[in-house]
Amino acid sequence: MSETVAATEPEPAAHATSGATIQLEDLTKIYPGTPSPAVDNVSMDIKAGETVIFVGPSGCGKSTTLKMINRLIEPSSGRIRIGDEDVTDIDPVKLRRKIGYAIQSSGLFPHMTVAENIALVPKMVGWSKSKVKDRVEEMLDLVGLDPREFHGRYPRALSGGQQQRVGVARALAADPPVLLMDEPFGAVDPITRDHLQDELIRLQHELHKTIVFVTHDFDEAIKLGDRIAVLREHSHIAQFDTPEAILTNPTDDFVSGFVGAGAALKRLNLTRVRDVEIAEFPTVTVDDPLQSIFNKLRSGPHNELLMLDRRNRPYKWLRRGDLMRARGSLARAGQLVHDTVTRDATLHDALEAVLTDSGGRVAVTGRRGEFIGVVDMQTLMNSVHELLEADRLTAIEHQHDLEELRTHQTVQELEGGAGA
Amino acid sequence: MSFWEYLGNRHQQLLTDAFQHASAVFQCMVIATVLGVLIGVVSYRSGWGSSVAITSTATVLTIPSLAAIGLLIPLVGLGVAPTVITLTLYGLLPIVRNSIVGLRGVDPSLVDAAKGIGMSRITRLRKVELPLAWPPILTGIRVSTQMLMGIAAIAAYASGPGLGNEIFRGIASLGSANAINSVLAGTLGIVILALLFDAAYVLLGRLTIPRGIRV
Repeated sequence: MSETVAATEPEPAAHATSGATIQLEDLTKIYPGTPSPAVDNVSMDIKAGETVIFVGPSGCGKSTTLKMINRLIEPSSGRIRIGDEDVTDIDPVKLRRKIGYAIQSSGLFPHMTVAENIALVPKMVGWSKSKVKDRVEEMLDLVGLDPREFHGRYPRALSGGQQQRVGVARALAADPPVLLMDEPFGAVDPITRDHLQDELIRLQHELHKTIVFVTHDFDEAIKLGDRIAVLREHSHIAQFDTPEAILTNPTDDFVSGFVGAGAALKRLNLTRVRDVEIAEFPTVTVDDPLQSIFNKLRSGPHNELLMLDRRNRPYKWLRRGDLMRARGSLARAGQLVHDTVTRDATLHDALEAVLTDSGGRVAVTGRRGEFIGVVDMQTLMNSVHELLEADRLTAIEHQHDLEELRTHQTVQELEGGAGA
Repeated sequence: MSFWEYLGNRHQQLLTDAFQHASAVFQCMVIATVLGVLIGVVSYRSGWGSSVAITSTATVLTIPSLAAIGLLIPLVGLGVAPTVITLTLYGLLPIVRNSIVGLRGVDPSLVDAAKGIGMSRITRLRKVELPLAWPPILTGIRVSTQMLMGIAAIAAYASGPGLGNEIFRGIASLGSANAINSVLAGTLGIVILALLFDAAYVLLGRLTIPRGIRV
């Protein structure tokens, strides 16, 4: 009995298709009547399950490159390979049904309900009615919309962010291994965009699709990308590397110009509090007798104590002298803790909290808000320096490897030439 | 004989004429709609093609309808044939133009999305472009129908069917007792038919325009 239940229970994570590799080989697009190619000789290997961001100034051909992957724009020359299959010459309609596609304005059809929009691709590839119906509910659930509420709504009755979620649900409905996203969050307000980005990170964590994402916003690229391709005119790849490498070691002025000022600050977004040293801090609890708190303050090496409440959560910062000034009343003494960070917070958030705190430190809390330790200015500065130094070292190593590879290749070519 | 007495005496004849009038217009509208939308679908993607389509259908409209019917009589004879041909040709312009405008007005990003999720050319047209272009096309059909109601009256000149017969009979016997009554009955009949058709189109719009794009 229980076995049959278990068997019919859907396990989306288990049978969902995860990503496929994408290989672009000398991809070129020349529009008739224009002298220079819009996209010139792009070659790129994208790993399965990877999120790759194309970022570059407008008109650099990043969208064109993306649209050549599902052949909305037919390449003038070059090959495209998805998984093990060369898709350059197969029927584009069939190809596109295997590739999710989400665009800026969500692209929802206004004359169809949310459910009809999501059901389009599964229906086209011939899923059974009941399977399509279940899938629609599952997809709505996946993108965080209540199926009962949103099922029968028309797109115009949704907010921009909700439309975008449905757009992503539609793109993923037939469970394609590859998802192409063309500035999908470009038209929503900054707060909603932030939410949608977090949501996409969560989704990708579950699904492991291969995502190619186009944006002109470098911060978005850093946040979402496993690797970032910085493109210049004619879609020439200026640099194709991890966000860390691009931030710390931009290959040329174009890339550093695009990264913009504050690369070190942006680097803070890539590191979590859990990755830096969390210092211990003397604590007392509200239940401790007044005398022992006094003694601890006077005798200890610290000028300050953190008082925890009964559930071990940070409650008050107590300084030497605070108790005197409050005439021995614990209720009036000290300063309430108004900001804490979790271990999953970015260093950027931690820095923000440290800067606004008068004492220059912030309490780190665990899952249930219990006190773990503190991070202060000094720790942050040290770890940022270490991070940047480490990045620089890997970058140099990387470059060294590349050079070695190149010399190796040249040697081989020379030998090959000599042999012929 | 007063107008009301005239109606009472002739109601059989009038109803037959009205029915034939309505049926002629309706049938020609069906043909014109199918042809017009087809011309629109074929030509809307090329700027050159759609201007040819619009200009040629507009040229038809500049020919006086009486002359058009007159010119057709030696070619196809009297009766139904010249009526149907004239009405269909005259009905084309608003439908062709609105089809082209409607299909071109579909948001390019939606067409891009439709292609991107793997719809074939036909599916795209059937499921996305035509439904979205339907409201302007329906407006074109409405305008066409109003126009054809009037033009259909001329068909009586070529011994065609319809309420035009009443009007022509009246004009031919001006001065006789029932001349004015006859013209009046024909004209009013056409006006009433036109209003009925329009009401039917409003209903059709309610039934066929999807809720998501209804204004």
